[in-house]
Amino acid sequence: MIKIENLVKRYGDKLAVDNVSFTVEEGEIVGFLGPNGAGKSTTMNILTGYLSSTSGKAFINGKDILESPMEAKKLIGFLPEQPPLYLDMTVEEYLNFVYELKGCTLNRRKHIAEICEVVQIKDVYKRLIRNLSKGYKQRVGIAQALVGNPKVVIFDEPTVGLDPKQIIEIRNLIRMLGKDHTVILSTHILPEAQAVCDRIVIINKGQIVANEKREDLQNLITGNRRFEVQICGPKKEVLSAVKEVTGVSYAEILGGGEGDSSSFLIESQPGVDIRKSLFHKMAANSWPIIGLSSLGVTLEDIFISLVDRNQKSEKSKSKKIKLNEGDK
Amino acid sequence: MLAIYKREMRSYFTTPIGYIFIGIFLAASGGIFSFCTLQMFENSDPYSYFTFLLFGFVVLIPLLTMKLFSEERKLKTEQLLLTAPVSLMGMVMAKFLAAYTMFAITFLTSCCNFFILPLYGSVNGAILAGNIISILLVGGAFIAIGVFVSSLSENQLNAAIGTIAILLVLLVVSFASAYIDIAFIREILSWVSIFTRYHDFTYGVFNYSALLYYLSIAFVFLFLTVRVYEKRRWD
Repeated sequence: MIKIENLVKRYGDKLAVDNVSFTVEEGEIVGFLGPNGAGKSTTMNILTGYLSSTSGKAFINGKDILESPMEAKKLIGFLPEQPPLYLDMTVEEYLNFVYELKGCTLNRRKHIAEICEVVQIKDVYKRLIRNLSKGYKQRVGIAQALVGNPKVVIFDEPTVGLDPKQIIEIRNLIRMLGKDHTVILSTHILPEAQAVCDRIVIINKGQIVANEKREDLQNLITGNRRFEVQICGPKKEVLSAVKEVTGVSYAEILGGGEGDSSSFLIESQPGVDIRKSLFHKMAANSWPIIGLSSLGVTLEDIFISLVDRNQKSEKSKSKKIKLNEGDK
Repeated sequence: MLAIYKREMRSYFTTPIGYIFIGIFLAASGGIFSFCTLQMFENSDPYSYFTFLLFGFVVLIPLLTMKLFSEERKLKTEQLLLTAPVSLMGMVMAKFLAAYTMFAITFLTSCCNFFILPLYGSVNGAILAGNIISILLVGGAFIAIGVFVSSLSENQLNAAIGTIAILLVLLVVSFASAYIDIAFIREILSWVSIFTRYHDFTYGVFNYSALLYYLSIAFVFLFLTVRVYEKRRWD
């Protein structure tokens, strides 16, 4: 459905997107994950025809966005980072404007009413966009992208600046859209990508560092798993006992807890589940574990491991090159 | 394209700008008209009326054009237009035509002033028509310049001031050219000047080269506006 080939975008000297290629199948929800300034927005802007790439090509359903922009743009609904709303219009006027702008042929009333139903903006339909809250503005922005029922919808950071309840609603909405649309969304929040997307493309400094199905993403995390554990018992002795548990790579005292308990930060070696053996060890000493929580993997963790991995492979490459040079 | 045109027309009237433009235009043209007819009655041709009006355009035209593109850029709404299946030229033309419609309707309304002239004397219809046509052409050229300047800035005020500056220079150059001794420079200046071309019309002569000149100015600046957007895409 979407194909990007060797996309490069330069802003002067700065390389914003560096040789990015990937494809998105029809009906997939793909998350574009990366820190701020990684090149997510630039890639999306190129894909939607807002910017032109320095080199490389982008196809929407086989249509080159540069060579046949009209056909390609008709297939896309786009929500930019900042929703493109005319503040002096009511929601009704705005959606009708977008309807005409995109040259839709669907039944106007029915179509717009359906969209309002889906994104739940019926109750603000007659209100001026200027007076809407941020959450509603975002939804009107999404509604705008859905006008004309495009095959592909592209959302640039759709949940930024929303409150937790709104975030959940928008995520549910995106998941629902994924049933009959191809969706690309960008985010810098890992759990969000994991919650919504079928596939996750991780981008850093303009380069793709990973492109994995959601289920496979966990395997990428070669770093250690971390737990925060509350144990009742003498701090130092508990700590040294924890360190003896097989599979523990690191442990430290975080501080005191309720009663005579203390909390510990424990890291396990990759691929080892230490929880059972930790329990048995503590039980043997009759130091009850009163709390154990797994500290989730953060985007930073993934990055560190991925970037490390890439750097290592690069280093080994450059070493090889040096060796080759040495041969000469 | 029609959608953009309709939206622009609408926005002139949902913001004060449309009302301010029409109000000032009609008040100024009325004032100039009464001044020219009552105070300068020894001068019977309508030339001076339209000359005053042209200077009024220096301030009035930017009112119409200043926000056309700068506002879109500031609010990032241009992203909607540029990712919609609309060509750049279509987008620019829609905005130009919206501003031009406002201008033409207001100007033609102000021409109602002339209806009272036959009551007090004879009016040369050809001269009057020539003046009206030339004002409509000059207005188009001025608006195209305003559209172009508006695409350069994110700030409405900058766009307005830039347009005023350019229009003022264009008008002043016409008058200055008369005072320059070097024939060569005078030739160039009078060729560039908006005014020189305007003269023939005011005598009731339909000058095709002038027509072409104004249409080309309008076209060149609209084309440059498209180029501004193309360039920004590639940067």
